[in-house]
Amino acid sequence: MSKKSYERPYIQKLNTGTMNKFGTKTEYAPVTAIEGVPVKKLIADYGSPVFVISERQIRKTYHEAVRAFKTRYPKVQFAWSYKTNYLNAVCNIFHQEGSWAEVVSMYEYQKAIQNGVPGKKIIFNGPDKSIEDLSIAVDNESLIHIDHLDELYLLVELLENKKKKARVAIRVNMDTGIYPMWDRFGFNYENGQAWNAINKIMSHPELMELVGLHCHIGTYMLSANAYSVAAWKLSDLAMNIQLRYEKTISYLDLGGGFASANTLKGSYLQGSDIIPSVDDYAEAITSTLLNFGFKQENLPTLILETGRAMIDDAAHLLGSVIAIKRLSDGRRSIVMDFGVNILFTAFWYNHKISPAQEFSHHVEDMVVYGPLCMNIDCVRESVTLPLLNRGDNVVVHRVGAYNMTQWMQFITMRPKVVLIDMDGKTHIIRENETLDTINQMEKMPKHLKSINL
Amino acid sequence: MSKKKVVVGVTGLNNIDSPGPGIPVIRALKDSEYFDVRIIGLSYETLEPGIYMHDLVDKTYQIPMPSAGTSSLLERIQYIHSIEKLDCIIPNFDAELHNFIKLSPTLKKDYQIATFLPELEQFESRHKSVLFEFGEKNDVKVPFAKMIFSPSEIYQLEDKFTYPLVVKGKYYDASIASTPEQAVSYVNKISAKWGYPIIIQEFVSGNEVNVTAIGDGKGKCIGAIPMRKLYITDKGKAWAGVSLEDNQLIEIANRVIANSKWRGGCELEFIKSNKGEYYLLEMNPRFPAWVYLSVGCGQNHPEALLKMALGIDVKAFESYESGKLFIRYAYDQIVSLSEFEKISTFGEL
Amino acid sequence: MYVNKNLAISDTGFIFNPSTGDSFSTNEVGKFIIDLLKQKKSKEEIISQIVLHFNVDKVNADKDLSDFFAMLKSYQLMLDENE
Ligand SMILES: Cc1ncc(COP(=O)(O)O)c(C=O)c1O
Repeated sequence: MSKKSYERPYIQKLNTGTMNKFGTKTEYAPVTAIEGVPVKKLIADYGSPVFVISERQIRKTYHEAVRAFKTRYPKVQFAWSYKTNYLNAVCNIFHQEGSWAEVVSMYEYQKAIQNGVPGKKIIFNGPDKSIEDLSIAVDNESLIHIDHLDELYLLVELLENKKKKARVAIRVNMDTGIYPMWDRFGFNYENGQAWNAINKIMSHPELMELVGLHCHIGTYMLSANAYSVAAWKLSDLAMNIQLRYEKTISYLDLGGGFASANTLKGSYLQGSDIIPSVDDYAEAITSTLLNFGFKQENLPTLILETGRAMIDDAAHLLGSVIAIKRLSDGRRSIVMDFGVNILFTAFWYNHKISPAQEFSHHVEDMVVYGPLCMNIDCVRESVTLPLLNRGDNVVVHRVGAYNMTQWMQFITMRPKVVLIDMDGKTHIIRENETLDTINQMEKMPKHLKSINL
Repeated sequence: MSKKKVVVGVTGLNNIDSPGPGIPVIRALKDSEYFDVRIIGLSYETLEPGIYMHDLVDKTYQIPMPSAGTSSLLERIQYIHSIEKLDCIIPNFDAELHNFIKLSPTLKKDYQIATFLPELEQFESRHKSVLFEFGEKNDVKVPFAKMIFSPSEIYQLEDKFTYPLVVKGKYYDASIASTPEQAVSYVNKISAKWGYPIIIQEFVSGNEVNVTAIGDGKGKCIGAIPMRKLYITDKGKAWAGVSLEDNQLIEIANRVIANSKWRGGCELEFIKSNKGEYYLLEMNPRFPAWVYLSVGCGQNHPEALLKMALGIDVKAFESYESGKLFIRYAYDQIVSLSEFEKISTFGEL
Repeated sequence: MYVNKNLAISDTGFIFNPSTGDSFSTNEVGKFIIDLLKQKKSKEEIISQIVLHFNVDKVNADKDLSDFFAMLKSYQLMLDENE
């Protein structure tokens, strides 16, 4: 007698309100391969969990963004926001495509230099730049985006002893009708701080040249209109500089912040249904710039530091089920071999999770936990998935942004990152950590060397 | 003249004590002299009464919750369409409209399924959170309102609002708070269900009057019926109401529909302040549950909507009867377990 | 251990408990187990039947069955003998 295939017994009370599985097949349709490479093979070859990045997807997203902007505006330059994902291989895909580098620390700065980015094509943002950092940036003719007056004074002090002129911009914060307003970075537009800072810079023509204006109004911005407000306010400053000083500002840097298709926690609708398209953002920004009234020859270059929207879609996290449990209130819970330690964005996104193998049509609501022995380690508070078993694999979607930089070596070690290239070939672009990797950095005082238990 | 046969998908079959507009819309369509409609019910839950009203709803399919996203919804509609050949879909829930609006070009282009919905931009522009701006743009008074994103912001509003004030959810729910503590507790309660932002609105005292209206999307108001609630349930829903003669209100409604170029049905909720001024409290982007009163008053709004959706020319209604009442009643249907089983296990009945 | 004899299970896995008015949905293995419970089979007998008919080992069948029993109890579909 041939046996029937087994699925663990399941029973669900009907009409408890939220469950309605009809037509939601796409939600838990299995994802068995990434760019044609089977999930099972990726896990067999590289372990579980593992991050998998698609080079093809990165280039595709980049080309779409470039098309959206360049077909609308003559001068556009993207700068890869390193903090979003600064694995060197990832950065170099963007650099091959023509992206400059946008960095916010000397660590990121040095990474960009080592990746071969010319100093002139590095944008140095952020509130934390030491006098040594500034000195290197000046020597390399990098674009220094000044965040606060203390930095401006520090720069003046440095430049008084240098023969080189600095190329600077200021970061401007402003009300774009968006909550919360990011007013902690840069100089405020509405209260005149920004104009003041501009005047201070312009009073040192021998030391520095004000080449641009920068803003980064927030992240995961659901309103394209906010960018048209931001573009207008930066243009207004640029125009005033033109009028007052007869100085043409060569670029306006609108920062990052375009939303990726992830769904924010607390959002009732799916992220992919509510986010503006890259064309919406491009239209909002470029139409404002084109209609502002710049003379053709004074039209500023538009710089964009788009981060998450460029890379989120390109990466998946593959993992495995460690255990399935029942909570005291009867809810199903499932323990995965990845948690918030490597999936930091689980704190603000409801990441889509797909099974990596076929199942019957039965599904259950469950809580998805990570492997950490910490209560905060929850990947999804409630998700509907098929009847997974220990050892089954899952695929977490849209994890390219901020995870491979904000992940932490906590309780366990960080896994491998694999790149699938344009030909479907796989490459390890970051090894997994081992005990040795971590121990290498530790030092043991002599008197603590021996223990005797 | 033989009636035109059409197949129409309708949501909002929850004809319960806080009813959805689906069943009234269906009754209006069944009353049509012009159309011979086959109604395909689209339901979210298995106990929506409309599923079991076989004289009104010819067949029902479960559809995925709005939170599942447009791709799931489209997939389900494709399946339903392959069996039923839908001519038009009339969605009736606020929370599902975003997805239907998003899908409407695809539905039209790839499946020839008509809808008659506002553009996404229009839809967003009357959102509770930006209604104040909507009022300024469309020349109608709106009580002052502010969005908040955390309960603690209540305490920062003291200079902008006096108590009592109204705490409103993004999609549904509104409560009147007389103290900051009460406001905080409503914020917590409503945000737990519908998320942020929460809208805090100036409380205007006076009489509530509502209008059900329909616009052609080109700046013409096809019809508008004002109604005052005569009896309100403990959920704040009208149990009975009467159509009013109120030219000023009709004029305001016409202005809002015209200025905003509203396309589709809507409900305008006004408060007539003690000074006799009308304030727009809310604009619901779909027919209200009492839309059948429009038929009773001589303006079949759902029929007009269906005509416009199908590209049939519609002239604006010129008159209606005031003094018509609607009085709702509850009715216990007897349903066999096998029907419940079918909708529960197959998602179809 | 026993389940209510009057529990109605259809082929589709729809269960109705006439004594409480609750309805449930179950899958093939769940239905298989409830049918055996209605015949007053013991846990051990049920496990060996599962292993006989389905592609699963005893350890996993046992583990899943325990969980299933817990759910049946929490839904008040199953009572201990002495209750
Ligand atoms: C200055 C600056 N530019 C760009 C970015 C990238 O932002 P996003 O990933 O939202 O596009 C950030 C992110 O915080 C930033 O701080």
